[in-house]
Amino acid sequence: MRLYSTMKTAFGALGRNVMRTLLTTLGIVIGVGAVISMMEIGNGTTIAIQRTMASIGANTLVIVPGAVSISGVNQGSGSKMTLTPQDADAITKECPAVRSVAPIVRARTQIVYGNHNWVPTYVYGTTPSFLDVREWTDLDKGDAFTEHDVRNSSKVCIIGQTIVSELFGGESPIGKEIRIRNVAFKVIGVLQKKGANVMGMDQDDILLAPWTTIKYRVVASSLANANQSSTNTGNSSEVNTLNQIYPNIQQNLYYIPTDSEQADAPKPIRFANVDQILTAAQSGNQIPFAIEQITMLLRERHHLRVTDVNDFNVRDMTEIAKAMSSTTELITKLLLCVAMISLVVGGVGIMNIMLVSVTERTREIGLRMAVGAEPGDILRQFLTEAVVLCLLGGTLGIVLGRGSSYIVSAVLHWPTAVSVWAIVAAVIVSASVGIIFGFYPAWKASRLDPIEALRYE
Amino acid sequence: MDLIELRDIHKTYYLGEVDLPVLKGVSLNIVRGELVALMGASGSGKSTLMNILGCLDHPTSGKYWLDGREITWLTATERARLRNRVIGFVFQSFNLLPRTTALENVLMPLTYTKENLNEYQKKQRAAELLQKVGLADRIDHQPSQLSGGEQQRVAIARSLVNQPRVLLADEPTGNLDSRTSEEILEMFQQFNSIDGITVILVTHDPGVAKHAQRIIHIKDGLIENSTGQHRLGGAV
Repeated sequence: MRLYSTMKTAFGALGRNVMRTLLTTLGIVIGVGAVISMMEIGNGTTIAIQRTMASIGANTLVIVPGAVSISGVNQGSGSKMTLTPQDADAITKECPAVRSVAPIVRARTQIVYGNHNWVPTYVYGTTPSFLDVREWTDLDKGDAFTEHDVRNSSKVCIIGQTIVSELFGGESPIGKEIRIRNVAFKVIGVLQKKGANVMGMDQDDILLAPWTTIKYRVVASSLANANQSSTNTGNSSEVNTLNQIYPNIQQNLYYIPTDSEQADAPKPIRFANVDQILTAAQSGNQIPFAIEQITMLLRERHHLRVTDVNDFNVRDMTEIAKAMSSTTELITKLLLCVAMISLVVGGVGIMNIMLVSVTERTREIGLRMAVGAEPGDILRQFLTEAVVLCLLGGTLGIVLGRGSSYIVSAVLHWPTAVSVWAIVAAVIVSASVGIIFGFYPAWKASRLDPIEALRYE
Repeated sequence: MDLIELRDIHKTYYLGEVDLPVLKGVSLNIVRGELVALMGASGSGKSTLMNILGCLDHPTSGKYWLDGREITWLTATERARLRNRVIGFVFQSFNLLPRTTALENVLMPLTYTKENLNEYQKKQRAAELLQKVGLADRIDHQPSQLSGGEQQRVAIARSLVNQPRVLLADEPTGNLDSRTSEEILEMFQQFNSIDGITVILVTHDPGVAKHAQRIIHIKDGLIENSTGQHRLGGAV
């Protein structure tokens, strides 16, 4: 039968009893509304969980240089000097899956303030984006150093809570100067407390400064002990950078030219290497792409041939990433179950009312059959009514769901996120519920015997 | 040629163990343009015969020709199409759709017609019929706002909207007072004589039956006798 007249008849039949139509759709309205608000609140929760996970470091990728062997003795991971700050810049520019990049120069050394001294677990020379990578941008006090400080190798630093308590006691450290190997650093910011990491390392025992300052003023690495991660510079006898003035034991792996020789020959160009590069992927599922992009880029930048092995390693936080994906998957599945149940309940309500409606309108069905409606016409009419009911309920449900999730986010400050997918699914599901639960009553109506139906009281 | 020809129609209802024969060999001819009354007491098989005539049911045995075509064993869908195009029904209890205007009630059978009329043409035709039955000013009224006689007129307009060959009226005046009944019956006579529509009145009331040209009496599932004149020939 013509779609137009079917729709007209369906709307006419539904419009004849507005109150009942509305109450019938209520099941679907609540079902769809629940689905949408659940999905949106669930999405918000998932995002919040992802954000928390990311602050643990789930999206973090660490790029470390490869290992080098000297006379058959492997020096361990990170002993090659292949990573440069330029690599970090290139990753920022050319890897779309990477959100943020921070080069790191490490040192292990004593720091001094007044009559207190302390050896922090981490003394990192880096850029301001380190805080972004570690999701640590909100400082407890003061400000972070800037790109400008990095360019100028300013003697400024920001410190973690452990250092504050170890060196300063109750005092505010802002504006104070601490000495690192006799170089005075001004404390300009204090990080928020982060606690221990999964390995039990105290993450608050950290000092961050521009990498240029750490590299050239504190570590002042020579080619001999270029890499802090592989050679021990935490040697307690080595208290300052003025090695020439106060020489200490230092193995010379190769011939060091004399002063006159150095004056004759041009100085070898020493490129600034960094100990590692810390990057954050855009999101958890971008990690594989980020690894691939970084690998491709660095192989190209390091002029590696196809046959060469990588002179660096990209590490991800597999364990945390797994925990994150399983958690979010669980939440999504849970919400889907809740959604299904409420929609089935709504569908049963529709079926119930459609059955009542068929019984109530038996005479009408008989009459329509007597004047020439084919069984198919009757089936189509009742099916259309059920689907229209469900779509109506679906539409109202979308409004209700969006509204309630808006209220939840506005009043309770729960995180929510609009889910277009949920809205599309709700429409499709409510139409399917209409067809599935409307079919039996419609089929029953189409099987009626016109004679019986006309005589029905 | 006869519009309707029934030959040796039997109808038996099987109620569990018991067989209940209702029609026991009915043969009947109705000519195009006749106005026939089908009379009989309740339980005589009158309603069953009407259901078979109206293609709502098929006989257990026998043959039925309508308009030269044998329709004894049509499927439900084919019978529905036939009812839509060839037969008009008028019921005792009017059977109008509640909360629906007179015009829409008249339009209703057209939604099941395969013929391609546009909305305007359909409305035109329905409005003309309502005018013909004298309800031109009641087009937008709902059944609850109409009297019994007016409701039956809407029902008659509805039965005629697909220009049927046969009008089957089942106790059309059963729920009406005598004056209105008279008007309704005159309307049937008018449609019969002016538009040439074959009308079959099913009734138990001799007062109604006397408006017909021919009365067919049914008793115990058999045709007892047939009085009155065949318009085109002698009594059957």
